[in-house]
Amino acid sequence: MPPKPRSRKRWTRFILPSYTALFIAYLIVPIAVMIVFSFNTPPGRFNIRWETASLDAWRNLFDEPGLTEALILSLEVAFSATIIATVLGTFLGLALGRYRFRGQGAMSFVMFLAIASPEIVLGSSLLTMFVNARIPQGFVSLLLAHVMFTVSFVAITVRARVSGMDGSLEEAAGDLGADPRTTFLKVTLPLIMPGVISGALLAFALSIDDFVISNFVAGPKTPFPLWVFGATRQGLPPQVNVMGTLLFAFGIMIVIAQVVGGRVQVRRAVRRLVPPGASA
Amino acid sequence: MSTPTVDELVKAGVPVFERRKPRLRRTATPYGLMAPAALYLALFFLVPIGYMLYTSLWSGFLGDFRFTWNFGNYSFGIEQYGDIYLRSLWYASIVTLLALVLAYPVAYWIAFYGGKRKSMYLFLLLLPFFVSFIIRTVQWQFLLADNGIILGTLKDLGVLRNDFRVLATTTAVVSGITYNFLPFTALPLYVSLERIDKHLVEAGKDLYASRVTTFRKVVWPLSLPGVFAAFLLTFVPAVGDYVNAEILGGPGNFMIGNVIQDQFLTNFNYPVAAALSFTLMAALLVGGSIYAKVLGTEDVTTGAAVRA
Repeated sequence: MPPKPRSRKRWTRFILPSYTALFIAYLIVPIAVMIVFSFNTPPGRFNIRWETASLDAWRNLFDEPGLTEALILSLEVAFSATIIATVLGTFLGLALGRYRFRGQGAMSFVMFLAIASPEIVLGSSLLTMFVNARIPQGFVSLLLAHVMFTVSFVAITVRARVSGMDGSLEEAAGDLGADPRTTFLKVTLPLIMPGVISGALLAFALSIDDFVISNFVAGPKTPFPLWVFGATRQGLPPQVNVMGTLLFAFGIMIVIAQVVGGRVQVRRAVRRLVPPGASA
Repeated sequence: MSTPTVDELVKAGVPVFERRKPRLRRTATPYGLMAPAALYLALFFLVPIGYMLYTSLWSGFLGDFRFTWNFGNYSFGIEQYGDIYLRSLWYASIVTLLALVLAYPVAYWIAFYGGKRKSMYLFLLLLPFFVSFIIRTVQWQFLLADNGIILGTLKDLGVLRNDFRVLATTTAVVSGITYNFLPFTALPLYVSLERIDKHLVEAGKDLYASRVTTFRKVVWPLSLPGVFAAFLLTFVPAVGDYVNAEILGGPGNFMIGNVIQDQFLTNFNYPVAAALSFTLMAALLVGGSIYAKVLGTEDVTTGAAVRA
């Protein structure tokens, strides 16, 4: 049988890449609108139609008192929740990635449920518990809830890192007389650090963006997403766009820093392993 | 993204050893490591669900709730809001199908033709996560507003009738949810497509299979775990979503999430609200457990973790 002639029209090659570009553009539309309209000067409360360009909202960023407080609250909750969830999740990820033990399947299943449950169920069940147990709603209930829904994500990220790791290094440390604590601090922790950092960043991002669960457990408090949601009916001040833009830029910078940091790591590893001039 | 991949290290000349299989040691260490998080999840994830079940069997009014095995809350909830449950399932099904169809080609292209820029493209797919979910949805609301930049301009130009609207329609809600969950659909698809050994595709070509046949017989079946993971990660949050219905829809588009939220936070009708929420969870839990039993939890959890 003779090979089929390859008579494909060249233009078909461009379908998928163009489609991907369109897809990404679609994903970016509201982000672009948010950034552009942070420079708008809306006449009333509705920042819907383009009026005149100005830096008003940027200059008077903290003029909306409720909004500033909301952002500060969200940052406080996100920082505290991230620290707790990272510690708990790292240990859990280590246990799941490094050992095989009875109950491992059950633990993974609970994590799976915590991730796969709709947020509204998580939020409403926490609320019923807080109501029943008379736990006052506010900062503490927010913090407890945020640690709950972020901890599994940290654990998964760390688990992924741990299961790709060479266990013999820890054994070597043990053979060289290091006690478990030293081994953990000097060998294990540095090795899993990239996973821990990614997990922490993910936890922070999830926490600061959370609306549904916070809406149930915030009580009288108003974190950033709740403030924005509550304000939409009366129109949003452009300061919201500015804060969104700042958070966006901040997140992007962290990712870039991580990537650059990773590249430097690789280069260093290469330099250590391949002496200069040795590459054929 | 931050760490060298195995391939990079191999290229750099790092000797690669087979990773040792962890031995099943009788040791308390994993339990010690696991205990704090396990206790935490038990206390703030499992126990609350127990409390929700308990609350759903109360009767009475705010201030005078009593536990009475009142299963009436369930029949009341289903009788009263059955159609809204169905609407939520219906919306979520359209959303999931749409998202799968829209995201698959993108995941496919990045996995097979992304080359060195793969992580860059993935990063672009993840950009929406860097902006608050609420802000993104509100931006769509403003964009699609009756007199916003798009519709307002078209109306001024006389292209559209003055009473034309997108907001408060099913289309607005469904496309809003689709937009918000697209990255959740694309990532697990990408993960499974990326894992496919490209030599298999080559082999298909060598055996004179057409591109369509190669896709149908090789790529598609191998990507099915990703399709199922994407289905779960899109469908479940879509059923429970109420933010899109609230911001982009009208009362005619309300989903079960809107009802649960109102019953809890506006009417303080805790028993009925808990019954509604528990019903939603039980339905999804049964589906999810069957899923986990048949397909395992690995694909979903890795799909979720790629976001890091």
